[in-house]
Amino acid sequence: MREITIPISDDVIRELKVGDPVALNGVMITGRDAVHKWMIETFIKKTRAPQGDDLAVYEALKPVLAGGVIYHCGPVVSGLETKEYKFVAAGPTTSIREEPYQADVMKHFNVKGVIGKGGMGPKTLKGCQETPGVYFHAIGGAATFIAQSVTRVLGVHKLDFGVPEAIWVIEVKDLPVVVTMDSHGQSLHQVIEEQSGKVLQDLLTK
Amino acid sequence: MRDLTHEILELIRRTSSDLPKDVEERLKAAVEKETPGSAARGALETILKNVELSRKNSSPICQDTGTPIFYVKYPAGWSTLQLKKQIRAALADATKRSYMRPNSVDAVSDKNTGNNLGGDDFPYIHFEEIEGDELTIELMLKGGGCENVGAQYSMPDNRLGAGRDLAGVRKAVLDAVHKAQGQGCAPGILGVAIGGDHGSGYIKSKEVLYDKIGARNPDPKLAALEEQLTREANEMGIGPMGFGGKTTVIDTKIIGLSRVPASYFVTVSYMCWAYRRRKMTVRGEEVIYD
Repeated sequence: MREITIPISDDVIRELKVGDPVALNGVMITGRDAVHKWMIETFIKKTRAPQGDDLAVYEALKPVLAGGVIYHCGPVVSGLETKEYKFVAAGPTTSIREEPYQADVMKHFNVKGVIGKGGMGPKTLKGCQETPGVYFHAIGGAATFIAQSVTRVLGVHKLDFGVPEAIWVIEVKDLPVVVTMDSHGQSLHQVIEEQSGKVLQDLLTK
Repeated sequence: MRDLTHEILELIRRTSSDLPKDVEERLKAAVEKETPGSAARGALETILKNVELSRKNSSPICQDTGTPIFYVKYPAGWSTLQLKKQIRAALADATKRSYMRPNSVDAVSDKNTGNNLGGDDFPYIHFEEIEGDELTIELMLKGGGCENVGAQYSMPDNRLGAGRDLAGVRKAVLDAVHKAQGQGCAPGILGVAIGGDHGSGYIKSKEVLYDKIGARNPDPKLAALEEQLTREANEMGIGPMGFGGKTTVIDTKIIGLSRVPASYFVTVSYMCWAYRRRKMTVRGEEVIYD
């Protein structure tokens, strides 16, 4: 298993290939449906004017995301009342819902890695080639196990999105993932979908 | 009437953190079928480690603690009004204790209520009066990832060349498994309802998932189709997490419903490997957990 520290350089990204197991270390953020929509509308397509602390959060996110990683995760967090936050359960959520947004978010912030589950589509794959970046697959449902890799919660933005949808800034140690989409246009998900599609066609004619 | 809030809290804790044995056994068997060193085998090994750890820590198996679906079967003498209040109180308490993620979001304002209680419909509670003197409460936690890959087909389906018969049902279900790929957190369990209407099809396709793994429909034709679908779904090679591999579906459960002549629906509910369902039985003073 290759150990990689965030921020990640373009050289390291170009070395990664589909199938590589990786242990991630460093600071990353969680972000899923509400966050991607908010980023696109407020800062990338600018169809919505910034409100409240939007601009302050944007400035705070930029250095974390430059060379950084977004984790599609809606955690279970303890210590909400005392603000002594701890990740109790933190597996990946299904990534494909961010397909309309992901490539643009990667390019805008220079995000090097996206962690999720289930893989993403052609737009994100192209985004991985252009940024460059990779898609890391974590094990869906392995929430207690993965939470053990989260050593510290450094802060939270947009808690008004709700606990699962907020932007949690976390420090991780040896978070286990597998590269399933690389910066060279390869996607394990595309391969499996095509192969299983051929078997399905055979089964449908029986 | 007896207050069961504390006992229901324990039911929620067990459901969220302790995967039923029948599911764990199938996952253990699935590991052995995958090639050593493969991503599929690695995924299953991580899944099993996680199951053990969640049980030990009383922490959620999956952070998506899903839609809580309660089935309450009660003999005469119980108040469903009181039981509903107790279930809701236990769920809010379970959320505070981090057994559950706050998961109820208003569809219009997008606000998360923070306590898993949303209007009258969240959590989902089904009440049914039964003969006898035992009260049972079953809970299923169904995550959004697998819920999103559920599908309903109105037969005939020209694209699939699938007609209004069991051969057509087979084609629709296999198509749903292919479309789901790894996104429903394979290996999954399929709940299939044939017939009914749009609403009852989805409800019953979930209800069958309360059954034990390996329990077959008493109708031999449906039992055979259940086994065939599990086998053929696995031939597609989607594998754990969609990484490619031998086990995509662990079990298939089918229920036949009455339908009106004009409608013939095939409804598929996909349950992820984190197949969280538990039962408590109140027998006199005793409360028994399965």
